[in-house]
Amino acid sequence: MTQHHQFDAVIVGAGGAGLMAALHASKKANVAVVTKLYPTRSHTGAAQGGIAAALGNMEPDSWEWHAYDTIKGGDYLVDQDAAEFLAKDAIDAVLELEHLGLPFDRTPDGKIEQRRFGGHTANYGEKPVMRACKAADRTGHMILQTLYQNCIKQKVNFFNEYFVTDIIVQDNVCRGIVAINIADSEVHVFHAKAVMIASGGFGKMFKVSSNAHTLTGDPVAAIYRRGLPLEDMEFFQFHPTGIYKLGILLSEAARGEGAIFINDKGERFMERYMPTLKDLAPRDICSRYIYEEVRAGRGIGGKDYVYMDFRPDVINRYKSGPGGKEVTREHMEKALPDIIEFVRVYLGVDPMKDPVPIQPTAHYAMGGIPTDVDGRVLADNNKIVTGLYAAGECACVSVHGANRLGTNSLVDIVVFGRRGGKHMAEFCKSANLAPLSPTAANDTIGEFDRIRASKGTERAANIRNDMQNLMTSYVGVFRNGADMQKAVDGIRELKKRFKNIKIDDTGKIFNTDVLETFELGCLLDIAEITAAAALNRTETRGGHAREDYDKRDDVNWLNHSMAYRTDGKSDVAVTDCNIRFEKKPVVITKYQPKERKY
Amino acid sequence: MKIKLKIKRFNPEKNSKPWWGEYEVDVEPTDRVLDALHQVKWFQDGTFNLRRSCAHGVCGSDAVRINGQNKLACKVLMRDIVKKDGDTVTVEPILGLKVIKDLIVDMEPFFAHYRSVMPFFVNDEPTPADGRERLQSIVDRERYDQGTKCILCAACTTSCPSFWSNEEYVGPAAVVQAHRFIFDSRDRAAAERLEVLNQQMGVWRCRTAFNCTNACPREIPITQLIGEVKQTLATGEIK
Repeated sequence: MTQHHQFDAVIVGAGGAGLMAALHASKKANVAVVTKLYPTRSHTGAAQGGIAAALGNMEPDSWEWHAYDTIKGGDYLVDQDAAEFLAKDAIDAVLELEHLGLPFDRTPDGKIEQRRFGGHTANYGEKPVMRACKAADRTGHMILQTLYQNCIKQKVNFFNEYFVTDIIVQDNVCRGIVAINIADSEVHVFHAKAVMIASGGFGKMFKVSSNAHTLTGDPVAAIYRRGLPLEDMEFFQFHPTGIYKLGILLSEAARGEGAIFINDKGERFMERYMPTLKDLAPRDICSRYIYEEVRAGRGIGGKDYVYMDFRPDVINRYKSGPGGKEVTREHMEKALPDIIEFVRVYLGVDPMKDPVPIQPTAHYAMGGIPTDVDGRVLADNNKIVTGLYAAGECACVSVHGANRLGTNSLVDIVVFGRRGGKHMAEFCKSANLAPLSPTAANDTIGEFDRIRASKGTERAANIRNDMQNLMTSYVGVFRNGADMQKAVDGIRELKKRFKNIKIDDTGKIFNTDVLETFELGCLLDIAEITAAAALNRTETRGGHAREDYDKRDDVNWLNHSMAYRTDGKSDVAVTDCNIRFEKKPVVITKYQPKERKY
Repeated sequence: MKIKLKIKRFNPEKNSKPWWGEYEVDVEPTDRVLDALHQVKWFQDGTFNLRRSCAHGVCGSDAVRINGQNKLACKVLMRDIVKKDGDTVTVEPILGLKVIKDLIVDMEPFFAHYRSVMPFFVNDEPTPADGRERLQSIVDRERYDQGTKCILCAACTTSCPSFWSNEEYVGPAAVVQAHRFIFDSRDRAAAERLEVLNQQMGVWRCRTAFNCTNACPREIPITQLIGEVKQTLATGEIK
């Protein structure tokens, strides 16, 4: 039996963006948060190094410098008005987190302590600046815990372990969502005036990835399947310092504290490429040069990885610590306890004694559901979908452009989670509940009945492995037309195999066999859009480095891409059609595109 | 190497009681137990079930009992528990919470205890007039640092003999969460939390078995933190 609920606003996802929105929206509206995990399991908790805000607690800083760094870091594909909101609001949002109880590290005079991070500079690129507000190397954990704690305090309604399958939009008005209660497979319809999607990323389409198993972008796929566009999907960030083969993230905070990259010759190679910021250059650049070194045969032992070295004696020898100051082992253990432990546990290496094998790992989607600066979702380049919002990694405002700066993801979730949450509450005050069709859940019920009854021969895990291998091999740090075509064709083949899926579990209680299959379908759609969008963009910009078009092309490509399905259908199943791409202008306020040097 | 994975299985739709499933899996020494469990789920029996998300020890989803000890399945490597072909690893759900299906337990009683200690910052005094942060010294910040590491995985509470014998006991995880706020110099609700913990099902049911400290995947000295709460109740002073 389908169950019905009614709220002013429903938020999909309980990471930093969803919880920040919930805290603000629930002050004025009746809000439900619907999440497929228990809230504290959300991947915001895995963010490590810090959250940028120009507090100026350590040295002079300004939000204008932060905005500029964000724009340049995004290779000028950032909407500059949005970047200004990001940098300006960051200060207030971080202070709000402190007021909510967040245990930031402290300076000797009791203020929030800050550290350096890649691409964050003083005075428009002059030198690295200490801007990342931090709590050791578990800043995201502290943000997630603090926001959830405050949601408990504020008695926010949670529907935990409810899997959202569909976003109901009719005549350009959002009316609610459809979800499945994982505990018993019952279908629930949430009828609401406003919906915010805050479902995080979808990095599980790659093999080597820092993302959680659950980051499969289900509501992002739902948006596309319902005929709405996705923006800038070709831009996916590969973080330079994943643990070799495993992809587990080692925070950029390590380099903020002085870590350096070393090749097989023992050379600090980033000095050669980026003489000012060196190892603290933005992520896209570091990832690219790691692979340049590998291609030149200077990977460690000729293999496809290099070292990140953060032994205190090495940092001191290179004077790469903050402000060139000496660091001690005690300081490193205190500043980076979690990542030091990850290296010890998963590699069996002591990073205080030996350098650490690292390789770029799929990390973050710059693209996603297009929104304005208040989180309102766009139906095309101009038209707003009434009552539909998105914030966080799943959204594309766009503040990250072609490459996100480290720490700006945490800034994004609190700034735009808050802006969206506030806007949504105001919207709910004046809006009426739009009528909802009694058959709103039928597409979900049909699709899940189909999957549950599927008697095919293909295991979802095999299709998933093949998809992840295709994406990591052909849509990685370096890309070219022939490879990306292979990825697009390969994923279309996988979609055919997906129709012949094998299901073992036909039960109702915690049927993750069926849910993981549905998740795989979502990833297949998103992977196809990502590969096709990458193939479509014939230039090199930020995280999109093409061997066959190796220059930035501002004449033809200083614009966002918008991906639409072309078959005119609207459903919750895996799509089977070509993708249409349109261009959307980039908003430029103060900063004309320049060559990007560090 | 080829090892044997013994998993305690239970599906309420099909089984009247739990049973042991045995699976042969091919593992690398660097594989996590979670990887081996996924091999079973993905390639041998799709009806097998567990919770997991981040797969590197920070989200707290996959606390299970491995060879009789509470661990995160994503934080135990094969090389630490098996040596050769044919070695066996047993995996069971954590104890003291109702099993829903296979390794999945009902976490709600655990979270109800968590919520009972007011696990949120309380300070109704006005924030600084300049709009900036409340100040806190490095020493005051350090005082409650250990408790801030908790990921609510329940490995501690479900390893505690006092919790096994009485599920009404608030349990070590909830005490850790209370400690994090009681000893935060900015917080103003220590007295209310201490009152909760001073009740019969509060901190005094701790018999100092140290199981919690041994079980914690975040290496929080839980028994010590519980001791500090007891000390505070005994002396009336927050130090």
